[in-house]
Amino acid sequence: MAKIYSEKKLAAPKKMLPKKETINFLLNYSKALKVVKTSGNLTFESIAN
Amino acid sequence: MANVVIPDAVLVKNYTCGDENALAVLIKRHQSKLYGFIYSKVSDRDIADDIFQDTFIKVIRTLKSNSYNEEGKFLPWVMRISHNLIVDHFRKNKKMPMYRETEEFSIFSIMTDSSPNIENRIITDQVENDLQRLIEELPDDQREVLQMRIYQDLSFKEIADLTGVSINTALGRMRYALMNLRKVIEKNKIILTN
Repeated sequence: MAKIYSEKKLAAPKKMLPKKETINFLLNYSKALKVVKTSGNLTFESIAN
Repeated sequence: MANVVIPDAVLVKNYTCGDENALAVLIKRHQSKLYGFIYSKVSDRDIADDIFQDTFIKVIRTLKSNSYNEEGKFLPWVMRISHNLIVDHFRKNKKMPMYRETEEFSIFSIMTDSSPNIENRIITDQVENDLQRLIEELPDDQREVLQMRIYQDLSFKEIADLTGVSINTALGRMRYALMNLRKVIEKNKIILTN
């Protein structure tokens, strides 16, 4: 029987997702970030360790 | 029991009220679409991750400072932020663009080697050989002056001293040498360029 040399059909591409570290960083960043607006319309950002 | 999908607008509101889990739900819900969008533009996983991260940093800062006012259009807003960051990325890298080889584009179309190729070298050799043969045909006194001037780079004073003639004679011999060469070249239709 003739051998088929053509490449096998590629599996359906997986969903493109960002790295887990990126997501974790964002969630931690969000938890650490505090934004305070002053009466003078100034915005102060602070990151809690 | 069917799962109830909380609308983006409600999650955004919950997040601005301090519910950190709401952000996790929003990211999880839209990460694939947003990351795919960024990757489709930059074609690099690391850069796509950076832009994805920067996009959500902007989202977080805007939401935390209560500056967000596009209720119900969360995803288009996030996509617009990422689009602007993608534009910034390409603008920043404009000075040093990265070229990728594709079927339509070859890097060698913009990279050239200034050194003569083999064809040009062969043509140059042939031209030099032809010229050499023509010079050999000149009368001795003219050939001598021409070779000293062109190949040995001597001044007419030096040529005059070496050949024992006046400068004017040396100049005259050079003039006749060039005239004779030109005549032979024109007569025989010799092409001496490459």
